[in-house]
Order: sequence, then C-alpha cells, then structure tokens
Amino acid sequence: MAKAIKQGKVEAVKSHLSSPWASFVAILVAVLWTIPTFGLFVTSLRPQTGINSSGWWTVLTKPEFTLENYSRVLFEGRGATPPLSQYFVNTFAIVIPSTIIPITIAIFAAYAIAWFDFKGRNFIFFGIFALQVIPLQMSLIPLLQLFSGGLHIGSVTVIPSFGITGTFIPIWLAHTMFGLPLAIFLLHNFIAQLPRELMEAARVDGADYFKLFRQIVLPLSIPAIASFAIFQFLWVWNDLLVALTFGGGKREIAPLMVRLAEMTGTRGGDWELLTAGAFVSILVPVAVFFALQRYFVRGLLAGSVKG
Amino acid sequence: MLELAARQSQLEQAASKLTGLVITVIVFAIVVSLAFYLAERTSERVQRSVKYLLFLAPALIFLFIGLIAPAIRTLYLSFRDARGDNFVGLENYIWAFTQPEILQILRNTGIWMVVAPIASTALGLTIAVLTDRMKRPGLVKSLIFMPMAISFVGAGIIWKFVYQFQPNDRVAEIGLLSQIAEWLGFVPTNWILTAPLNTFLLIVVFVWIQTGFAMVILSAAIKAIPEEILEASMLDGASGWKRFGKVTVPMIRGTIIVVLSTITIGALKVFDIIRTMTGGNFKTSVIANEMYNQSFRALNYGTGSALAIILFLGVIPLVAYNVMHLRRERSER
Repeated sequence: MAKAIKQGKVEAVKSHLSSPWASFVAILVAVLWTIPTFGLFVTSLRPQTGINSSGWWTVLTKPEFTLENYSRVLFEGRGATPPLSQYFVNTFAIVIPSTIIPITIAIFAAYAIAWFDFKGRNFIFFGIFALQVIPLQMSLIPLLQLFSGGLHIGSVTVIPSFGITGTFIPIWLAHTMFGLPLAIFLLHNFIAQLPRELMEAARVDGADYFKLFRQIVLPLSIPAIASFAIFQFLWVWNDLLVALTFGGGKREIAPLMVRLAEMTGTRGGDWELLTAGAFVSILVPVAVFFALQRYFVRGLLAGSVKG
Repeated sequence: MLELAARQSQLEQAASKLTGLVITVIVFAIVVSLAFYLAERTSERVQRSVKYLLFLAPALIFLFIGLIAPAIRTLYLSFRDARGDNFVGLENYIWAFTQPEILQILRNTGIWMVVAPIASTALGLTIAVLTDRMKRPGLVKSLIFMPMAISFVGAGIIWKFVYQFQPNDRVAEIGLLSQIAEWLGFVPTNWILTAPLNTFLLIVVFVWIQTGFAMVILSAAIKAIPEEILEASMLDGASGWKRFGKVTVPMIRGTIIVVLSTITIGALKVFDIIRTMTGGNFKTSVIANEMYNQSFRALNYGTGSALAIILFLGVIPLVAYNVMHLRRERSER
C-alpha cells in the first residue's frame, strides 16, 4: 500500500517534470542547430549559377537540383591537383592504420598495467595519464625533425631517417603516439575492472599471461575497444594539424581535411565545389557517429580529456 | 580521350594506395601475431620478462619518442635561435610578450578561453535540463550532438557560408546571416573582415560543436541525481527554477567544472577553425595558429617552440584540476 502511494508520487513527479514548453524550446534549438548543415547540403545540390545569385532558402519556392557539383569536385582534377576522390582514398589510408596500431599497442599496455605485478606500475599509470597534459604542439617540431633527419648525437647516428618523409608512415606514427595516452587510460579503466576471480581462476587452470590475454581479456574488452576505436577514427578523420605538419604539403598523401582547408583559401568563392566537398568529408564520420552513437557516448563519459 | 586516360590513372593510383593499405594492415597483424606466438612458446622463466617486452615496452617506447623527448626538446629549442644553433636566453619569450601582433594573438586566445567554454557549457546545461523534461529526447539530443562528428574544417566551411557577404548591392545575399540582417532592417557588412566581431563569429562555430559535448556529459550527470532528492524538493514545493538552482546545479557542480575546463583546453588549442575561416588574418589569429606559422612557414623553431611552451603553461592548471577531480572521484567510489 505504502509502496503504491510512493509509486504514485514518483509518477506525479515525473509527469510534472516533463513539460510541453521544455519540449518546444528543445525542438526549436535542435532545428536551429541543424540549419547551417542543412543549408550546406541544399547548396551542394544546387547549380552554380543559382548558388551565386540567390540564397539556398529560395529553393523552397523554386527548387532546382543537380548532382554535377559532386561529380566535378570528386572526379575532375585541375592541372597538378588531383580530384577530391584521391584525397578521400588518402584519408582512408591514413585513418585505418592510425586507428588499428594505437589500439593494439594500448590494449597490450593497459593489460600489463592493470594485471602484472611489478614495482612502479602506479607511477607508470599516472605518468601516462599526466602525458595528456602535453599539447601535441609541443611535439611537432622535434618529431618532424626526427622523421626527416633521424637522430644524431654529434656525428653518431642513433636513429637513421629511414627515408619515410613523403609517405603515410610519419602520419600513422604521429597519430599513434598522440592517441596512446587516452587509449591506454580508457582501456585500463575497463580492463582493471574485470573480475579478479575470473582472472585468478584462469591462472589456476594453467593459463599463462599470454593465454589469459587471448582467451579472457581481449574478448571481454571488445566494448571498450569499440568506444576508443570510434573516438580515434573520428579524431583522425577530422584532423588537420597532424596531417598538415607530417604530410609536408605533399598532394599524394594529403587527406580530405588538408585539401578542403586549402580550397577555402584558394577557391573561397567556388561555393558549389566547397559545399559538395565539405559534405563528402562530413558524410562518413556522421554515418559512423549515428550508427555507433551509444559507444561514442560511453567513451566520452569514461574520459573526456584529450591532450 | 584525354579525360579517360586521366581517370584511368586516378583509378590506378587509388588502387595502389588501397593495396598498400591492405598490405600494411596484414603485415602489422602478422608481426603482432608472430611475436605473440613466439613469446607464448618460451619457457615460463623466460616469459616472466618477455611479457613486459611484448605488452608494455612498445607503448613506453612510443610515448617516450612521441611525447616525452619532444616536449623536452621543445623546451630546449625555445631558448635557442631560429635554427636552434645558438642560445638566445629568454629572447623568444620577450618577443612573444612585446610584439604587438603576438599580444593581439594572446588577447584573442584569452577571449576564446573565456567566452567559448562559458557559452558552450551554459547552452549545454540549458539543453540538458530541457531534454531531461522531454518524453522522447533522443532525436533532439542527436541533432544537437551531431556537430561533434563534423570536423572543425567542415564546420568552418559550413559557417563561412553562413557568414558570406555579397559586396555587390544588386545581387541577392547568399549568406544566411547577411540575409537575416537584411530582413531585420540592418545593413549587412563583411562579417569575417570586421574585427573584433570576427573573433566572436569564429567562437560561435566552436560553441556550435562543443555544446553537444557539454550537453551529453551534463545530461548524464543530471540523470544520476537520485530520484528521492528531486522528489523531496518537489514535495517541499520548490518551483522549477528553484529546484534547478538549489538542487540540480549544486549536485552536478563537479561535472560542470570538468566540462568547463575540458572545453577551455580545446579553446586554448583551437587551430582548424582559424585556419579554414580566416587563415589567421583580419586580427583573428590565436596561439596554436601562430605556433604553426612561426614553425613551419617562417621556419623559426625558436619562436615556434616558445609559443608551444606558452600553450603548455596555459593547459597545465586545467588538466591538473581534471586529474585531481578524477582521483577524488576514484577514492570516493
């Protein structure tokens, strides 16, 4: 009886809390938030003459659409500049290794820090967490020098240059290094919470540290891995600074973002190309985001600090 | 005919890059599996040390080469001249704090650090509270959150188009802001060129992206407030506003501060928006952009490094706060 009354009160509180006014304002804000992107999308589908002579909102009264902007920006190069489809391929070539490599290294390290018994593991954990303090700007110059010239002390070559400048390799390595602190931190939080009994039972069964990792830790960590993978994927896909610095301005390896930033400078008035290009670059991350929103939010809530 | 050949070569290039990508991934997988396979087959005694080599060493090596050593070297370079050949003492720092252009940049960065986090957090909190009172907030939240998936470069283009100004009076405005100004009876100007207004217009882009972030985190915090507390305040007859000020905000104070400091760090390091929308011209530049220009345009590693260090010093207190908060939260659990 008392419980029923309490239940009734909770219901009353809840129904009082949900107000139509709040809904109305929230929906209004959401519409407002979407208008700029919607305007870009509409513009990308309009013919060039229309874009430059009337606002995109006029399509409501006189609709006129074309896919020509997309075919032009994607497949027509200009002189030495390849079309956007090439940059799209480059983005893929950068994103996939830049996501796989740091995750692999991070999950190994997270496992070691969480479950190996050794002196200084707390120090290492907080050290790695503290590394998120370092803004990546602090690393750009020395890393670039290292990749292009190797490391020399006096006349002794400690690390040769390997001649990797102008390939994707410096970009992969840079993204791996910059992504590691957050990756280790997030994955460690997850792995450290695996039930101790489970791990110890497996140890008694004779499973060594390697088997334990393969048979228990890795399969159970899939949700945490997914969270971080989405993070890193979006971060690398949307990155401009790292690609700009370590790509050295070479067109053969430049990703979409580098080209788009360049286009706004050199072809700032060609809105038919800019809008179509921007929309192409937005499409994949937004699709990933909507498909895997739940994992993304989980990752965000687990650790919202990135250096 | 020529076009066909061009497309052919494009296709070939793309194919060769993708093949390279697949090979890289396969080689990486093979190397990792092989190392694992071999390590697993060693004797128990060897495994005791090999496990550190395989699991821990790669991460530590990467972190050392990628972050620790470069940070120390950047500090060293900030006391040296353009090519790092000679010691110049504090000259680069004195330069940063006396040059009028750099002072302008520091001031802009200051505006970013104050306005952007407060605006994003306030908006995010408002929307979080509003959606908390909705029956089906899913779509609304997704739409406001969506800009988080859009790059700063993409957002820069989206908003540059909103701010587009038509200097020719006889041609209709195509930028939404100019059109709205016209509808409201104002004369639109070339927004992006007008300092100091333009800095605030760039901040709008950042806020547009970060509000979703603030909303998601704060929304989760609001959901975590125990039902009983809200109920009690309801039964005490607290009105909506009072409940918000006296119950909701104090209960999520810690989260609000973490959100503020996280967004402040982002604002301090903002680069892409400036690069895409103004290129740092028209008095809109910020530290991260100038650091890039000094280092990789002017090729002055000394001044570039000094700016990076200034950025670092700005970030420290904020991250330190976040770390402290995290530790406290952990010990409470």
